[in-house]
Amino acid sequence: MFPMTLLFSATLETIYMVFVSGIVATLIGLPWGIVLYASRKGNIFAHPLLHQILAAIVNITRSIPFIILMIAVIPMTRVLVGSSIGTNAAIVPLSLCAMPFIARIVENALLEVHRGLIEAATAMGANAWQIVCKVLIPEALPGIVNGLTLTVVSLIGYSAMAGAVGGGGLGDLAIRYGYQRFDMRIMFVTILIIVLLVQAVQLMGDKLAKWYAHGKS
Amino acid sequence: MITLEHLYKNYITSRSTITALQDINVQVHPGEIFGIIGKSGAGKSTLIRCVNLLERPSSGRITVAGAELTALSAAALRAARRKIGMIFQHFNLLASRTVYDNIALPLELAGYTRKQMSDTIVPLLELTHLTDKKTAYPAQLSGGQKQRVAIARALASKPQVLLSDEATSALDPETTVTILQLLKNIRDTLNVTILLITHEMSVIKSCCDRVAILQDGELIEENEVGEFFTHPKTDIAKNFIASSVLQHLPAAIERHLLALEQVDTHPVLRLWFLQGTVTQPIISEISQQFNLHINILQANVEYIKNHAMGIMIIALRGENIKTEPAIRYLKQRGVKVEVMGYVPNDIAV
Repeated sequence: MFPMTLLFSATLETIYMVFVSGIVATLIGLPWGIVLYASRKGNIFAHPLLHQILAAIVNITRSIPFIILMIAVIPMTRVLVGSSIGTNAAIVPLSLCAMPFIARIVENALLEVHRGLIEAATAMGANAWQIVCKVLIPEALPGIVNGLTLTVVSLIGYSAMAGAVGGGGLGDLAIRYGYQRFDMRIMFVTILIIVLLVQAVQLMGDKLAKWYAHGKS
Repeated sequence: MITLEHLYKNYITSRSTITALQDINVQVHPGEIFGIIGKSGAGKSTLIRCVNLLERPSSGRITVAGAELTALSAAALRAARRKIGMIFQHFNLLASRTVYDNIALPLELAGYTRKQMSDTIVPLLELTHLTDKKTAYPAQLSGGQKQRVAIARALASKPQVLLSDEATSALDPETTVTILQLLKNIRDTLNVTILLITHEMSVIKSCCDRVAILQDGELIEENEVGEFFTHPKTDIAKNFIASSVLQHLPAAIERHLLALEQVDTHPVLRLWFLQGTVTQPIISEISQQFNLHINILQANVEYIKNHAMGIMIIALRGENIKTEPAIRYLKQRGVKVEVMGYVPNDIAV
């Protein structure tokens, strides 16, 4: 008999992990990226030292392989969710891994915004906060959405890895049934579902980015 | 309306200090269109960006509409900037906003209600002929339309002063004419004082009341536009004017041009008709009086404000041409004459 309920709940677990960690990472990565951009030399809140510190944190966290990060943050995970195994526990390292990634993506998207627009807003009497909210973020939105799509796709991959150490989800299912019990059907279906998930996310992300770009190539 | 006093701007690099602006003094009167012309690198952009302090001058005083900007706090400066509109070479519209919402931006910044915004924006859309484009995004507009949106946006907060930073430099000549016409129209109907910078003489010619030349960070000549064209003082002014109205000889004739008079040659003259002379039939007068055949090789008459000026290149032909008395007569009538050279008679001109 084919374990439909098992597949269904594993898919839901993966979506849950990716969704929650994606939101947590965006909530922190987005402002982090904005500060990273704004504190750059010559920008609206220029503060080279702060910029260097934030950039260093991004580089350090991004250079730690996810599988090691996951184990290294176990003490922190225990404090935050009370356990080091399970779906909720996987959310902690997933969020931590995606945050600096998002910060960097947001910074790059903001750097693409033409300086003339900031100048025009300044000439209109905009303050720094208004420039961020009314000019920088809306203008960088297509780039930010593309970056977030990329992040979510990566998170789907990482969530499978989290499954390997008891995180639940599709990765967990593929390892336990597909690998350890040699059930090739489960392995195949799991891969298929992950591919479909990635496709769906990419498609929605592209549509959204295109909508925000308003005909701008 | 705009007063710049002893404005200096220096850029300090590790090795040296570069002076971008040196002792700039400008007084722009209310309701006037004042143009500053200069070649690229002369400091034009720095100068106009100093007026609303996008760029801080190293020293000097800037007063716009009675407010001394250089003495204001950051918050007061932001409030003062709302009364100074600015348009740019590359329009600087937000791609994420429609035409209507782009024009609404300065009003949002100033905290207008939706109703107040619409009351302000609808007439501006009409003024700039954009009513049917109000829901379009900038990516769907032509260059001229984009600049009109930018102008409407600059006017939204009802400024007394409009700064134009090479606003027509990215546009084709035809569109340039319509944009300059719009600027004049704005000055006439809304009484907005306009300070513009450009590198094109045609812009100065077609819409400015007064003009100043910026050269290597210094203002070297300032005049009323008609006077400027007819009586330029400095060599740089003369060059600017020459490049905009000067007529060149056709290449076929220039090839055969001799510096000195010889047997069987005839003279080629360049005539400058200044104020007054342009409306008189001087050419036909010398033709009759000195029994000359006059061949017009090039001619251009420009009307700048209420001044007219023309430049003409003519060849004088006839039996035993008496050039000297003809030239003397022309000079007597107020025409500036320049003998360009002599062309052999057997060259078909």
